[in-house]
Amino acid sequence: MQLRGKVWKFGDNISTDHIAPGRLFHLRSNLPELAKHVLEDADPEFAGKVQPGDFVVGGNNFGLGSSREHAPTIIKLAGVSAVLAKSFARIFFRNAINVGLPVLICDTDRIDPGDELEVDPGAGEIRNLTKGETLQASPLPDVMLRILQDGGLAAHVTKHKGLRVN
Amino acid sequence: MGQTLAEKILSKASGTSVKAGDMAVVNLDLAITQDGTGPLAVRQLEKMGLVQAANPERTVLFIDHAAPSPRKELSNDHKLLREFAEKTGAVLSDVGKGVCHQIVAEQYARPGDVIIGADSHTCMAGALSAFATGMGSTDVAVGIALGKTWMRVPETFLIKVSGRLQPGVFSKDLILHVIGLIGADGATYKALEFAGEAIEAMPMTDRLTLSNMAVEAGAKAGLIAADEETWRYLAAHGREDEYTPLCADPDAEYERVIEIDASQLEPTVALPHTVDNTKPISAIGTVKVDQVFIGSCTNGRTEDLAVAAQVLKGRKVHPKVRLIVVPASKRVFLESLEAGYIKTLVEAGASVMAPGCGPCVGVHEGILGDGEVSLNTSNRNFQGRLGNPAGFIYLASAAVAAATAITGVITDPREVLADAAAR
Repeated sequence: MQLRGKVWKFGDNISTDHIAPGRLFHLRSNLPELAKHVLEDADPEFAGKVQPGDFVVGGNNFGLGSSREHAPTIIKLAGVSAVLAKSFARIFFRNAINVGLPVLICDTDRIDPGDELEVDPGAGEIRNLTKGETLQASPLPDVMLRILQDGGLAAHVTKHKGLRVN
Repeated sequence: MGQTLAEKILSKASGTSVKAGDMAVVNLDLAITQDGTGPLAVRQLEKMGLVQAANPERTVLFIDHAAPSPRKELSNDHKLLREFAEKTGAVLSDVGKGVCHQIVAEQYARPGDVIIGADSHTCMAGALSAFATGMGSTDVAVGIALGKTWMRVPETFLIKVSGRLQPGVFSKDLILHVIGLIGADGATYKALEFAGEAIEAMPMTDRLTLSNMAVEAGAKAGLIAADEETWRYLAAHGREDEYTPLCADPDAEYERVIEIDASQLEPTVALPHTVDNTKPISAIGTVKVDQVFIGSCTNGRTEDLAVAAQVLKGRKVHPKVRLIVVPASKRVFLESLEAGYIKTLVEAGASVMAPGCGPCVGVHEGILGDGEVSLNTSNRNFQGRLGNPAGFIYLASAAVAAATAITGVITDPREVLADAAAR
């Protein structure tokens, strides 16, 4: 899987309230509508301008807070191909894999807004085409890589008729 | 090598001896969702063709986040949850019963249990020595259907608390101090284990506050050994036969040990917009508030309402402050009614809501106006948390909250408490 797109850069501690705020709680059963507001409280222009394939790039502790799976789901629905950050909050990270949204842990300091990236989530390779640099992401645990490659947890469970961890 | 609490519980639940770093498939003792995450879990089960609960009596669908419903979309979500419970035999905890985590503590969590919940504060049941952790809707959906989940066994940070909390200082101040110390991502992927003299002396209501906020340091679980106090709490809830003693081995291996002297702590406040942005109350200067919220799974228990009533008895809420009180459960509400706390709070000027999450998630019952400030006893102060990204949220104990409601500025409760005790 090769992903290619432009970078949208965010800072540290982007919370699930920034991504899918509580004031839009009533849209959680209408995900396409909720996706129109994705990350609105961190960057009000993002949802209107993001293009299919683009990357969300954060700093430390991306996705902290709530267990709401709607957060990675609407990032994916908005067309984002992967999220890159220096570190992720635990529940968000697992949820992203479960909904089939690649998440990569790498040093994002050298990535700037608007950079063009090519990413291979399986190999964890990030090529910054704008800067001519290559970054290596920390590898995913096997179980998470398998769930991601199966297309998320629901598809994984359907395919294997249960959990196949080992 | 001995085992931490996390290793012990997950070894038993997986049927193999596991240590930190291992992957394990564990049997579940309880799986819960709430009305913000349950509808997606139900839809995922429908998508997988698994509309079933492996253990219906230990599957609970809570309606607490937007309860009673303020909007038709949410009323329809609630309908979906009620229908799923009817189809599968899962337990429904409907409007008015209270916050999921409080009810899990009162009625479900047992020492040694593995609990997953589609709510990040599921970790609260760690105070009863259950390995309890928050996950997303699909993970919990699979847990409901299959009765198991996969986990990475976490390394553990031991939070060793010596001494005793001074009067006017509460476990909320302790956990805010800990989060300020290690940071909002300081314990990501780890379990916290709280131990030491101060924890042993601590009633369950205060232990629950500690475990509740473990996730605010990024932790997967916030565990406390099951001891006599655990037995007392279970017995008080008619569950003494569900008690088993449980503690870490003396030679358990901890990734990090953090020692804290409880006697040195003062009331502590988290400032906007992250929970680790903490300061001792003496260092925050003058902060005017428009609203005070006493409630939530963190600090909406009878003992919290008792301390608020003690502070507010015979006093009035500041004319420019709205005081919102939300008992965490029906039991808390009834106990507080019987003890007269609700009367005291209402006489002082509080608005008392039905048991539930109240304004905590920003859905209803206390949304801030632009530029407004709220002081909450809840667990998160993220931007937008009270339904308006232009609002500002401070976190503190129920005592700080009540003292602040009187003065209209964030106030050290110790003077007010001393004065209340003298009267």
